[in-house]
Amino acid sequence: MAPYFLALSTNHWYDIRDLSNISRVILEGADKILPFGFVYVLAALLGFVASFLIFVLPSQLYVGVYGERKIIGRMQSRYGPNRVGPLGLLQPIADAIKLLTKEALTPTKSDRLVMYVAPIIFVMPAVLLFAVIPFGPRMVFANIPVSLLYFLAISSVPVIATFMAGWSANNKYSLFGAMRIVGMTISYEVPLVMALLGAVVITSGAPFGGGVLNGMALQDMVLWSREFHMWVVFVQPLGIAIYFICISAELNRTPTDIAEAESEIVAGFLTEYSGMKWGLFYGMDIGYAIAASAFAATVFLGGWTLFGLEKWVPPWMIFIGKTHLFYFIFIWTRGTLPRLRSDQLMAFAWKFLLPLSLFNLFVITTERMIWSDQDYAKGLIYLFAVINAVLAVGAVYFWARFNGYKPENTPIRPRLVKNSGGFVPVGSEVKS
Amino acid sequence: MSIGIEHFLTVGALIFCLGLGVALSKRNAIGVLMGVELMLNAVNLTLITFSRFAISDRPITGQTFVVFIITVAAAEAAVALALAVSVYRNRETVDIDQINLLRS
Amino acid sequence: MDGGGVVFAFYVLSAVTLVAAGGVMVSRNLFHAVLFLILTFVGIAGFFVLLSADFIAMAQVIIYVGAIAVLVLFAILLTPRAGRNNGETRFAAPGILLSVCLAAVFLFVIHDTAWQTGDLAPSLGVAELGEALLTTWVLPFEMASVLLTAALVGAIMLARTPQEEAEDALA
Repeated sequence: MAPYFLALSTNHWYDIRDLSNISRVILEGADKILPFGFVYVLAALLGFVASFLIFVLPSQLYVGVYGERKIIGRMQSRYGPNRVGPLGLLQPIADAIKLLTKEALTPTKSDRLVMYVAPIIFVMPAVLLFAVIPFGPRMVFANIPVSLLYFLAISSVPVIATFMAGWSANNKYSLFGAMRIVGMTISYEVPLVMALLGAVVITSGAPFGGGVLNGMALQDMVLWSREFHMWVVFVQPLGIAIYFICISAELNRTPTDIAEAESEIVAGFLTEYSGMKWGLFYGMDIGYAIAASAFAATVFLGGWTLFGLEKWVPPWMIFIGKTHLFYFIFIWTRGTLPRLRSDQLMAFAWKFLLPLSLFNLFVITTERMIWSDQDYAKGLIYLFAVINAVLAVGAVYFWARFNGYKPENTPIRPRLVKNSGGFVPVGSEVKS
Repeated sequence: MSIGIEHFLTVGALIFCLGLGVALSKRNAIGVLMGVELMLNAVNLTLITFSRFAISDRPITGQTFVVFIITVAAAEAAVALALAVSVYRNRETVDIDQINLLRS
Repeated sequence: MDGGGVVFAFYVLSAVTLVAAGGVMVSRNLFHAVLFLILTFVGIAGFFVLLSADFIAMAQVIIYVGAIAVLVLFAILLTPRAGRNNGETRFAAPGILLSVCLAAVFLFVIHDTAWQTGDLAPSLGVAELGEALLTTWVLPFEMASVLLTAALVGAIMLARTPQEEAEDALA
């Protein structure tokens, strides 16, 4: 295991570049008062409360709810929330109060216990996910050697909760939504893991401070970017694209939210939920998107590093900034792209993303072997970055052409579907 | 108070027997499959226990076995559930008492 | 393994896992049985963490909870008129009797044997597991990949409807 320290970080409690100093002072003080063992419980509690107060809750309220509505509003030439408080800044709080005071209905023929438990099970993994995210050099609660796998494992649990929600409501549309989410998760899990495997392959085994890095630990991936002055995204451009598409499908973000598509199946698995039970699903959907953004910022965007700037700027601020940058892409796609059909999404996962992710893995594995043969030369990684960027664009273009995409048919101005070579059912042509 | 190998083996054995009971007594084919999965899990627990406690040159072997068992369990679940769906399509039931075409 | 935390974790995990496994047995509703099964899987993953097999614990959650349990849920949804009943066959009594006898034998063997446990094994990381899989156990490893491919093809062939087969025959 590589050593974890940041040379410039002092140990004074007022050094805000490393918030673990404050918590260490508090815990050392508490250890003198409390009996043995309780300090661990207190440490977990402190980490949980601190991460939620500093990061998760403000992000949820002011990026996930307010920012998202405001930005999408601007994208669609509207104002967005602007009534409650100055610039509408109190809107998320008003929403929360409204949801809390609303009655949570339960249908008569529903499975009451499962319906009651489902939102709780949905919330738990979202809290657990933040345990392994490194906010700074020493600001990670559980620095376990398999934290990447931990993240994947925990993020497969909420699917069960959404399925429970959809099944227990005893509603046809809920069941449709549950069915869709199950099928979609199974499909998109495969290219997701393949894309992340590329990042693991390139980071693991690289030399660092006398030891080697363990690519399955998130902190080591950040240290890799620090050591080689390189973010993983530059050597894995295809990887982050596949990761983004897959994770937005798994999280039901809007271009791929077929599980709660209101134009097809009322609200999917959320149809029968109301009040705070619905609010838990809604809020934690944003929580999962923020966790996925934090994960992407750690794995692909270099975590708390910023090319040496992390010595002066607090690393956790850099990390939070990167997380919100990635979250902005979620908002952006949500505001601009239309929703896909269920079968289109399935076909996209199996026919397009899976071959591309396999190709990506093949390329990165070959490069990893060449790299270790050349004793991890730092210049070589920049060469790989250029090669991979070219290969990524080429592979996407070639595979799209192979699957029938014709760029010459892409309209540059509004046209009818039949003119642009799209599918028009027989007998439905409009005589012009 | 300390936790030894017997404690883990006891839990593994109890889960195995519960899984056996489920697999032998349930009427629904999917229920039987769930019993089989429980038994496989109990075996995994036992193997990991031995890999942790046993005196051996290569304690990692137990974990290797578990990796293979998980692989086989995944394959088995996929095929068994495809069989269940296929049987349901032809007979409109997955009740193993009523899947008796070969009985004279 | 000493220490209050380990003992506490062990007894809580045993209680959760055994109650959940019993829930699979006694629950009348097939869907509830699957939920109990998922809880059992999570509990056993907890045991793996307690036995410091981190990688196996994560693989257990990813594969059993994320894939196998979801497949079982899918199968339940795809067989709607078969009923959600998780009742017993008429062989229930002898089956349960057999498993109780087996449990008695197991428990007798476990508590009667003088186990020669050594010092706890050194930390077994992912690297050691990967090395073992790709050196000593490389042949079973490759066989497992063949098995997975065969299972994939077999599952697809089994689950196709006659209409789909007819369409493919024409093409």
